[in-house]
Amino acid sequence: MCAERVTKAKPGEVETTGHVWDGIEEFNNPLPRWWLYTFYACIAYALLYTIAYPAWPMLTRATPGLLGASTRADVVAEIARFDAALAPIKATLVAADLTAIPADAELSSYATSAGASVFRTNCATCHGSGAAGVQGKGYPNLLDDDWLWGGDMAAIHTTITHGIRNNADPDARYSMMPAFGVDGLLEEAQIGQVVEYVLQISGQDHDAALATEGAVVFSENCSSCHGEAAEGNRELGAPKLTDAIWLYGGDRAAVTTTIVNARNGVMPPWAPRLSEDEIRSVAAYVHSLGGGE
Amino acid sequence: MTDPDTDTPSLYFSREPIFPRRVKGPFRKMKWWLLAGMLGIYYVLPWIRWDRGVSLPDQAVLLDLANRRFFFFMIEIWPHEFYFVAGLLIMAGLGLFLFTSAAGRVWCGYACPQTVWTDLFILVERWIEGDRNARLRLHRQPLNAEKLRKRAIKFTVWALIGLATGGAWVFYFTDAPTLARDLVQGTAHPAAYITMALLTATTFFFGGFAREQICIYACPWPRIQAAMMDEDTLTIAYREWRGEPRGKLHKGATTPADTQGDCIDCMACVNVCPMGIDIRNGQQMACITCGLCIDACNDVMDRIGKPRDLIGYMALTDEVAERAGKPVKSIWKHVFRARTILYTVLWGGIGIGLIVALFLRTDIHVSVTQVRNPVNVTLSDGSIRNSYDMRLRNMTGQDTKFSIMMVGPDGMRLKIEGVEGPLVEIPADRTLAKRIYIEAAPESEAATEERSQVRLWISDAGSTSRVHHDTIFFGKDD
Repeated sequence: MCAERVTKAKPGEVETTGHVWDGIEEFNNPLPRWWLYTFYACIAYALLYTIAYPAWPMLTRATPGLLGASTRADVVAEIARFDAALAPIKATLVAADLTAIPADAELSSYATSAGASVFRTNCATCHGSGAAGVQGKGYPNLLDDDWLWGGDMAAIHTTITHGIRNNADPDARYSMMPAFGVDGLLEEAQIGQVVEYVLQISGQDHDAALATEGAVVFSENCSSCHGEAAEGNRELGAPKLTDAIWLYGGDRAAVTTTIVNARNGVMPPWAPRLSEDEIRSVAAYVHSLGGGE
Repeated sequence: MTDPDTDTPSLYFSREPIFPRRVKGPFRKMKWWLLAGMLGIYYVLPWIRWDRGVSLPDQAVLLDLANRRFFFFMIEIWPHEFYFVAGLLIMAGLGLFLFTSAAGRVWCGYACPQTVWTDLFILVERWIEGDRNARLRLHRQPLNAEKLRKRAIKFTVWALIGLATGGAWVFYFTDAPTLARDLVQGTAHPAAYITMALLTATTFFFGGFAREQICIYACPWPRIQAAMMDEDTLTIAYREWRGEPRGKLHKGATTPADTQGDCIDCMACVNVCPMGIDIRNGQQMACITCGLCIDACNDVMDRIGKPRDLIGYMALTDEVAERAGKPVKSIWKHVFRARTILYTVLWGGIGIGLIVALFLRTDIHVSVTQVRNPVNVTLSDGSIRNSYDMRLRNMTGQDTKFSIMMVGPDGMRLKIEGVEGPLVEIPADRTLAKRIYIEAAPESEAATEERSQVRLWISDAGSTSRVHHDTIFFGKDD
């Protein structure tokens, strides 16, 4: 109180704090008893709380509190509780026939939601949080109906387990497109011809004369992997060249670059990092995105 | 407040108990009827049965939190229809504005649970311990067998009322007869016991001991309601210009009318007041406008042969007019004025809107959210696909097949994840979450336009009811 209190002049008058604003004085009424006692009780409670729970900061950490409460331990216990609760369905998922998972309502419901979180944590870095990949940059879109290595449950499962073109897993999907230009396998003119042919079969603007010659080049150099009709080959991860989907872009420049330098995207094996139930979950999730076969 | 010996102010101010005297009159009678009516509704409502068929509960009013459903007689509210509840709350708020601007703190004085239960507790107190004077005597006498017995009976009855209050509350949330049986057998959910214990304790304490302290210290309404009143609002006031100077009436003595007012300082208005205030000091925050001082004063005025309504309902403008000796406005002019009419129109408008919405709603509810990550996907044949997450609720009460159709520009088709054809079956009272796809043929209008309007029609295959949902299709416009 900075101002001097004004005590009451006669009985029945209320004393004031001495503060005056524009002629308005502040009464110094006593508090209701229950209010004051509640206030004291709150102070007592707060002190007891700091004894019972971690509160007072010390040099390295806070006082632990008599009850031994720890939010970290709570989280550990909660995770253990969820793990225990999910153990049966995880076991069922691991034991199930891969191709039967999407049709089983309970399993697919669990697997797609568990797989979605596995996907966002591990796969979204390259494939995007919406699984749309990066068009033209070599990160495959997992939503469409075009698959390099196959889009059924078993094929997706294998791809995730072993990865693509890595040295970490001997069972990784492996194939190598030769760098036709850099390694001098094809003349520059031949490359120009086969590019026109690829543009032709994928229904784009092309030079018909060059494309006719390109058909020969294709048949001699490319068809062993991509197929005579350029229908692709999933055994070798060779893409179909007649459709509208291009992993690295389908215009003249992008196709030329691909033939000159070759493209060999990689994907790590996930078996060392994810458990089998997680791999199956994320496979079911990817399968459910609209392109599953 | 102050220690008389040292004259130093005390830190706290202990509650001074109030012993309201019994009073008779129209306001008291109205308050008894309101009390009986409102408590009757509160206690009886959960026991009313309402047949809804086999799969649904037969309780007329039920807040089924576990199944997230609210039943009110023939009306069934789902979580997505919560706007009905929001609308009712807005109506309750506007209703409060209306009543407060027309007649002051009528909520506080007649309808507030704190007032109603305190009234009931004071009634019990009077039955057991007697009227004001007997209670004052009992309060002052040292603890003896009589005091102990009366207090014990009173507290027991209060506790029973509290228990009934808490008990009735939990019956609104689950099947009342089942819960009553479980409660007695000790097998009910702990939440029921905890809720009942809390409400019993608060009813006992608020109605028995805290009483007016809740209104004065704990409740925000007295502050807020005052802001809704104006000079035309009817409220309880003492006709000081008629009553003053007050003085005792001496039998037989004739006092000239110009030296003494009508108030004989009998303290009847103070003694009956449940808030322990003196209305003759003017309008004050602690006054809940319960009208009991009007009854008490009119009773005295009748007995001494003076005109009634020394204390009565009036507005500020009336006071000014009366002091000036001019005629006062009629009560209807106070009640019907622009402000109250506006509140009534708003209140009624929302009410009509809710009723119309209630009749217009269908028993199919669909929500469709477009998947925008990515907005579209190019398929290998060059067609463009958009994905949508659909949630379809079957509110028909039986297993139903729904057909999903699409109306949009040419060259588009609809696919449902994991389903051949347009039909999906949903069990009764369940929600189906499905991803649906819309595909536009290569180079079609929708595939090349930036956006196209699409309408989904969802119809109950077994009846004529159907709903539609408008959404957008994103094409590749590059």
